[in-house]
Amino acid sequence: MGLETALGDNWITTKIEFFINWARKYSLFQYPFITACCGMEYMSTMCSHYDLARFGAEFTRFTPRQSDLLLVVGTVNHKLAPILRKVYEQMTEPKWVISFGACASTGGFYDNYAVLQGIDKLIPVDVYIPGCPPRPEMVLDAFLKLQEKIQKTRLIESK
Amino acid sequence: MSQIVLDKLKARFAGAVLETHSRFGNETASVKPESLLELMRFLKEELGFEMLMDLCGVDHFPEQPRFEVVYHLKSMSRGWRVRVKARVPEACPELDSVVSVWKGANWYERECLEFYGIRFKGHPDLRPLLLYPEFEGFPLRKDYPHKKRQPLAPLLKPESR
Amino acid sequence: MIKLSDTTKDLHTRYLSVMLGPSHPAMHGTIRMNLALDGETLIDIDVDPGYLHRGFEKECEDHTWNQCVTYTDRLNYVSSIINNVAYVMAVEKLLGIDSKIPERALWLRMILSEVSRVTDHLTCLAGLCMETGGFTAFLYFVKAREYLYEVLENVTGARVTYSWTRIGGVRWDAPAGFESQLRDAIKKVRPVLKDVHGLFDKNRIFLERTVKVGVISKETAIAYGITGPFLRSTGFSYDVRKAHPYLFYQDVDFEVPVGVNGDNYDRYWVRMLEMEQSLRIIEQALVKLPGGPVMIDDPRFKFPDKEKVYGSIEGVINHLKLVFEDVNVPAGEVYSYVESPNGELGFYLISKGGNKPWKLRVHPPCFPIMQSLPEILKGHMLADIIPTFGGVNMIGGEMDR
Repeated sequence: MGLETALGDNWITTKIEFFINWARKYSLFQYPFITACCGMEYMSTMCSHYDLARFGAEFTRFTPRQSDLLLVVGTVNHKLAPILRKVYEQMTEPKWVISFGACASTGGFYDNYAVLQGIDKLIPVDVYIPGCPPRPEMVLDAFLKLQEKIQKTRLIESK
Repeated sequence: MSQIVLDKLKARFAGAVLETHSRFGNETASVKPESLLELMRFLKEELGFEMLMDLCGVDHFPEQPRFEVVYHLKSMSRGWRVRVKARVPEACPELDSVVSVWKGANWYERECLEFYGIRFKGHPDLRPLLLYPEFEGFPLRKDYPHKKRQPLAPLLKPESR
Repeated sequence: MIKLSDTTKDLHTRYLSVMLGPSHPAMHGTIRMNLALDGETLIDIDVDPGYLHRGFEKECEDHTWNQCVTYTDRLNYVSSIINNVAYVMAVEKLLGIDSKIPERALWLRMILSEVSRVTDHLTCLAGLCMETGGFTAFLYFVKAREYLYEVLENVTGARVTYSWTRIGGVRWDAPAGFESQLRDAIKKVRPVLKDVHGLFDKNRIFLERTVKVGVISKETAIAYGITGPFLRSTGFSYDVRKAHPYLFYQDVDFEVPVGVNGDNYDRYWVRMLEMEQSLRIIEQALVKLPGGPVMIDDPRFKFPDKEKVYGSIEGVINHLKLVFEDVNVPAGEVYSYVESPNGELGFYLISKGGNKPWKLRVHPPCFPIMQSLPEILKGHMLADIIPTFGGVNMIGGEMDR
């Protein structure tokens, strides 16, 4: 960001960072990369009972170009891995990844020839949600943690 | 319940039917692989088995002949069910395709090929179904290691297990 | 006057090749379809499954009989109890104990199977209605599904993947207050169904997108091996619960809805009416639910009570053997089938003695339906894929295993 490097690392840039991170964390556009059973809990989290929309992550953008949060929901096997990689590379910065469920985090209890043992072998992950499938409250907690992480992101390198 | 089917099969194909039983309420016939296609046509056209319910392969390692293909058939009009099994040897795992009898056998035979390596002669489009073309080997065979992975995309860190 | 066809007749044209999926909102999970398009008309479709292949059969060959119950959960994950019940019924047939399971366990299996059937149809129709544009139905149906998930959570402890049945019975008995909670949930689900009937049955947009779209004939469906609501929408009445009754389906009164044309609209109707029939079955079964144990009283299958485990050597050894070695099933093979919300779900088990299956084959009901999709959709428009695919209710876990 040109303005910040010109101003240097002082209270003005801290306030600008605060404002930009605040805007980013409360308007997460998600891309749900749904594969398996965790998709059912994802649907429950999005709908009226548990309502993810009240945290700002209102509507899903089903194209990686318009979204900044990649939610990998469910098992990723080796046939699907190149596609996940492609989708991640098509997203523009800043981008975050949440690994939803035990299968996405570590491969779950599928330790065989077909399943990728965790998507962090392929793309960098910000928040891991355990559970098979995780309860919707855990998903909401993960979103809050991700929002905290975004708020603390520094936008310029401090000397 | 469907014992009459086994009786008719034995009467018509005495040389081809090796063994029949009705354990656990499932009428089963083990047949020779050479006469499989003719037997299936007989079952569909004359006994009225319009539906092929399931087709799968089995690996009986280390018995010989090693592989077996199991067909589950159902007659909607008469309510009969029957299971037909045919053994194929490991050296030449080939069998006639039943796609000409039931259209629905197409995908099942493709799946059988990619998991066991059993080839079906006369299949219109025999290629892998569930696995990717770069996968080598036949995973459901008993000698394929359980955890031998063949990654397709370049990984950032190795899969340790 | 120059017509468009005159100006284009010397142009070389090719079919446009589009890949639909695997990560696509309407692809319910993951499946890829390679389409060849001429403008908007579909010339050819090649369905490419396998993006959720998790090695179910290979895993089950390496786990004991009771441990496989957790893998069967994840097959049709929208109605997991039915997979559990189907698998355990097959193993009990091999063991020869299927007539000795306590009645309360069988009635509970039946009641929760029907609740699972309703959750499956709710999810399928939520997807179908949302994709034709009616997002409201999605929210209403997921709300109704939540009421049922709460009931299932009270009994089994989990919301989506239950692993509730065991060989010889079920793991947990229904807690106190189960009956009144289930009746309350049914009372809240029925108005939702009525609302969605009002929104969609005569809705011009929905009718235009689903009537006479995705038509399949009875003979084609049987040639492909299709069962379930897809077959019933063509007019052929085949339901495993009526044709080969299992559990206590012969003791309850219900109807099997059947369609007329075999198009998407009929599939929507068949599923809506089946939900009402399932609620009827649950209400009748709740009246007839007997008391008693929920697990067969046989030390080969039932865990001993904690007092015996801590108090006597026989209890300790029994518990130890069940945890370490699990059930031993004698040699044999069996094919056992139930009516799942998509069709006939069959389990073909081969045992060669011992505590692990030699082969555990699942016959997935949506497999033949997906196979018939190219034939159904040739000549249709690109947008017709979406409601047709929504009516198929392809569940990736079951299709790819």
